[in-house]
Amino acid sequence: MTYPDDRKYTKDHEWVRFSGDTAEVGITDFAQQQLGDVVYVELPDIGSRVTAGQSFGSIESVKAVSELFAPVNGEVTEVNDALKSQPEAVNKDPHATWMIKVRVSGDGAAADLFDSAQYQGMLG
Amino acid sequence: MVPFAGWDMPVEYAGITSEHMAVRTRAGIFDVSHMGEVEIAGKNAEAAVRRIACSDPAKLKVGQAQYSGLLTPDGTFLDDMIIYRMAPTHFLIVVNASNTAKDFAWISEQIKSVGEVAAIDSSSRYALIALAGPASREVLQPLTAVELGEISPFWFAHGEVANARATIARTGYTGEDGFEIFVPPNMADRVWQALLESGRSVDLVPAGLGARDTLRLEASMRLYGNDIDETTTVLEAGLGWVIGWSNETFIGRDCLLAQKASGVTRRLVGFEMVDRGIARHGYRVMQGDTPIGVVTSGTQTPFLGKAIGMAYVPIDRSQPGSQIHIDIRGRAAAARVVPMPFYKRPR
Repeated sequence: MTYPDDRKYTKDHEWVRFSGDTAEVGITDFAQQQLGDVVYVELPDIGSRVTAGQSFGSIESVKAVSELFAPVNGEVTEVNDALKSQPEAVNKDPHATWMIKVRVSGDGAAADLFDSAQYQGMLG
Repeated sequence: MVPFAGWDMPVEYAGITSEHMAVRTRAGIFDVSHMGEVEIAGKNAEAAVRRIACSDPAKLKVGQAQYSGLLTPDGTFLDDMIIYRMAPTHFLIVVNASNTAKDFAWISEQIKSVGEVAAIDSSSRYALIALAGPASREVLQPLTAVELGEISPFWFAHGEVANARATIARTGYTGEDGFEIFVPPNMADRVWQALLESGRSVDLVPAGLGARDTLRLEASMRLYGNDIDETTTVLEAGLGWVIGWSNETFIGRDCLLAQKASGVTRRLVGFEMVDRGIARHGYRVMQGDTPIGVVTSGTQTPFLGKAIGMAYVPIDRSQPGSQIHIDIRGRAAAARVVPMPFYKRPR
């Protein structure tokens, strides 16, 4: 699996892709491999605020539950409802499966973001 | 791989879901060599086993096996186990890996008063491979001269598998038909490879601890350390059928008899989630703001496709159909008590 250059990555294994003032957020291939078979993704409501570095939802695999951490500050504008019925999409194509879209607000500090090469370096 | 009771254990090979489905529909093999083995032999072996086991091992014929409990005087579980009667005066007991040292010490101490009997920890003498799934027999039969059709559930036979000396037991921990194969450790790899090869035609897969856990939960088999432990009695765990009341000598009997007469105040039940979410081990069962019980096992089951689990609840909430709420990370999620087992294989 390759880690696309069109986006940034966090140490918590989320990815974020910016388009204007909107950011799509998902989890990385490394994260889905660690989780194993994903069976449930709990996401925030549209309109709720997310804060960089803080939990915005959770993801459950057969074996465990993990928090999802927001890479940016902002307001949730879209939620990927398809994940309710097809959570396995996260395993099949993690880098094409966004979970939430956020309208990024300028206030507050963003989480540390890394480019593809830096992120892969962290994975070792 | 994860460390488990001093062993490096595979949690999954290709993925828990695919391994789980393979066992339900075809076949899988598990390396469960970590399981502990304690052997009890001597003139008074039967009396000794009847003292430490809450079933009635006197009922076992040579070649037969029995699920049982190793209990404290309070009727709670030091461990659960399977007892195999190898000979009139020789029993093999398979226990949980993490409890082997504790169990062996307990057994050794408790059988002293019986006399003319010895217990040995022979865990290092056995590797154990569990073959499970509807195609188990057709996978194993080409590798052995033992007529597998003649081994009934909870019986076993001695022979060879892939030219390795083996004891083949029709026991398992998945809810499917299958065989547990005891072999000398230096033969384990040969037998494992032979099973993989023989299983190729049915698409047999190696399966890990993760699938073993989801499979046993669907089949409502208790897991020591999760669903049963030294704080839970046999009756509370809903395992009254395991007790051999004809055995009047087992440790814990008096307490269980008293509890049976007075009735239990809480019971282990199966539940299905009504609201979305998955209840996990340790989550609390709530009534309003008051915790009234605890989830002992829970997952999203691959085969049934539901979020299920087991929990201890007050007896007035233990009837199938009762509504309960589970605190899922701060959210009260509704669940419904259902009869166990969740899954029963077609026969």
